[in-house]
Amino acid sequence: MKKSLLISLKLTLLMIILCAVIYPLLIAGIGKATPGGGKGRTVSVNGKVVGYENVGQKFTEDKYFWGRPSAVEYNAAGSGGTNKGPSNPDYLQIVQDRIDSFLVHNPGVRKEEIPADLVTASGSGLDPDITPASAYVQVKRVAAIRKLAEDKVRTLVDQQISKTILGPSVVNVLKLNIALDNLK
Amino acid sequence: MNSEILGTIIIFGATILLAWPLGKYISAVYAGNKNISDFMKPVEKFFFRFCGINSAESMNWKQFLKAMLTINMLWLVYAMLLLIFQDKLPLNPDGNPGQTPDLAFNTAISFLVNCNLQHYSGESGLTYFTQLFVITFLQFVSAATGMAMLVALFNGIKEKTTNNLGNFWNYFVKSITRILLPLSILVAVILAFNGTPTTYDGKDTIITLQGDTVQVSRGPAAGMIAIKQLGTNGGGWFGVNSAHPLENPNYITNAVETISILIIPIALVFALGYYLKRIKLSNVIFAVMTFLFVIFCAINIYYETKGNPAIDQLGIAQTTGSMEGKEVRLGAAATALWSVATTSTSNGSVNGMHDSLTPISGGVVILDMMINALYGGVGVGLLNYFIFIIIAVFISGLMVGRTPEFMGHKVEAREVKIAALVTLLSAFLIKGFTAFAAYLVAHHPEMGRAVKPGAWLNNPSYHGFSEMLYEYTSANANNGSGFEGLGDNNIFWNVTTGIALLLGRFLPIIAPIAIIGLLAKKKYIPESPGTLRTDSYTFGAMTLAVIIIVTALSYLPALALGPLAEYFSLY
Repeated sequence: MKKSLLISLKLTLLMIILCAVIYPLLIAGIGKATPGGGKGRTVSVNGKVVGYENVGQKFTEDKYFWGRPSAVEYNAAGSGGTNKGPSNPDYLQIVQDRIDSFLVHNPGVRKEEIPADLVTASGSGLDPDITPASAYVQVKRVAAIRKLAEDKVRTLVDQQISKTILGPSVVNVLKLNIALDNLK
Repeated sequence: MNSEILGTIIIFGATILLAWPLGKYISAVYAGNKNISDFMKPVEKFFFRFCGINSAESMNWKQFLKAMLTINMLWLVYAMLLLIFQDKLPLNPDGNPGQTPDLAFNTAISFLVNCNLQHYSGESGLTYFTQLFVITFLQFVSAATGMAMLVALFNGIKEKTTNNLGNFWNYFVKSITRILLPLSILVAVILAFNGTPTTYDGKDTIITLQGDTVQVSRGPAAGMIAIKQLGTNGGGWFGVNSAHPLENPNYITNAVETISILIIPIALVFALGYYLKRIKLSNVIFAVMTFLFVIFCAINIYYETKGNPAIDQLGIAQTTGSMEGKEVRLGAAATALWSVATTSTSNGSVNGMHDSLTPISGGVVILDMMINALYGGVGVGLLNYFIFIIIAVFISGLMVGRTPEFMGHKVEAREVKIAALVTLLSAFLIKGFTAFAAYLVAHHPEMGRAVKPGAWLNNPSYHGFSEMLYEYTSANANNGSGFEGLGDNNIFWNVTTGIALLLGRFLPIIAPIAIIGLLAKKKYIPESPGTLRTDSYTFGAMTLAVIIIVTALSYLPALALGPLAEYFSLY
């Protein structure tokens, strides 16, 4: 017993050094060579950081494309999902309210045109993306309020769709809105 | 949508293709044969000399268990102390507080047993110091513990008659230096290049495009995320685990992380074949596990891509599937695959919220944790499967009227009793605790606690019951994922799940090691034409039947009250 305790103590000490000191420092060192230097990839407008590429942010104004509903109001220091079950009546009421509110803000859009990701909350509460359909359905509203031609905004959305070979096609909301602000 | 389903098939296929050579390599490492990582030898030699370990010293099953339990006990005390006093320790740029004693008890046990039941949120409940010195550290050593125990099982099966199960310290150290650490470095680097933070800087404050001031949590996360996946621990850096866009930035990282969940558990099945030179045995085991795994995946992918019928009724087209609790960049199919992978392997990381899964998928992941042997946690998965083998051997023996044998050793009353007790224990813990919690919710909702039982559940009715059933199943299986709506950071849940965690880890490790220790000591009986061949597909089917019958008999009633009832209320 005494012998294995002594071994345990020494081995624990060495493993702490290896796994909790050397290993993370090594990764942090390599991280410095990555885009963003391991601090997260930021996005800047006119030299000012306005957000992180991968971290969604709240867009509520009609002149911007909206992201997905968030259980934590896009609090990037406390991620979270709603954890609502599929049959929960309170939850279904919340979804109904989101649908109603979307229809009010987007006149001319029919209910069945609303993609599911615009009325359901993301897992992280920080989802940076929406589906292409969710971007297209907002084109009319954004174009009207900015007094832009719908075609022009639609082309902008086309350009902002990122496709991967296997995964879903996505539109990064922050980048889309920055491009939108730059649109003359 | 179809490309998403194709994506899941490619991810799983790639996992198997990579696991095969890895299994061969792992076998060479444990057998001490020449292999490509021999450059680590000087490091290991230094470790052994410094600690006073004779790595060639043989251990019998009791000595093996004693060594394992001693070092684990030490880690428990170490982890609890650090968590309680983390606010007074360095590397706390966000100024997070120390954990309460009951939360520290739960967290320390949870990671000690290679689980990741997290009753806190990573951004605010830990400091960088405890993330690294407690969580990351335990993610390595608890995984290595499970792997070392598995090698003891290998040795017991391999030798004809022996007391020698090998040396715990030797296997433990090599599991880290040769397998876990190199793979973790590889995965961490891939994550870092895809945008996962590695910095020691604290939260960043930014002003968003719309003018809101927002704080963004960061940290040296990439390394921790790599080992949480590979070591089947699953504890995330951020609160929402791999649903977080910094923890899992894109579809590629999601594929890498999914492969990381499965690769070592599958490789260990192949390693068994190479180590014992019984490739057919490992093929049979792999086939049984994969058969159930693929069925579970197909069910979950079907229901998650189809969407929630209640949302259909609101008139919304769910062309991308059920999106509540899911991320757009990952999609419903990849999230469904992950949900089965993480519950099969007692990993417990998530890339979408399980609480929001459609009823049948939610039921499948609970069932998956109840079986807990489809690949299973690193090392312990095969130990669990071994228990099913012993029961299958016993029942087959009864059916043909012969003394049951496994690999040339008579399986007698003592071994079967141990196997049966362990199987029953899980059912007893899960259902006993769930019944108790459900009783409190139903009859004492106002009981005088900080968080009253009436406020535990985030969802009413059947789904609320599923939340409690999930929590104890997850704790017992050392899985760690949750129906996270459950209000579980309070004394009741911290203590009861802590107990389920401890018993659910150590008894299922001790029992198979004791069985193999007892078996290996017995006289070897050479195989004859009358021997029941445990490496035949017939016996594989027998084991499959045992798994299904035992789990169905134990758990179907409980599943009927939760996920099944919810299904019939929705569809």
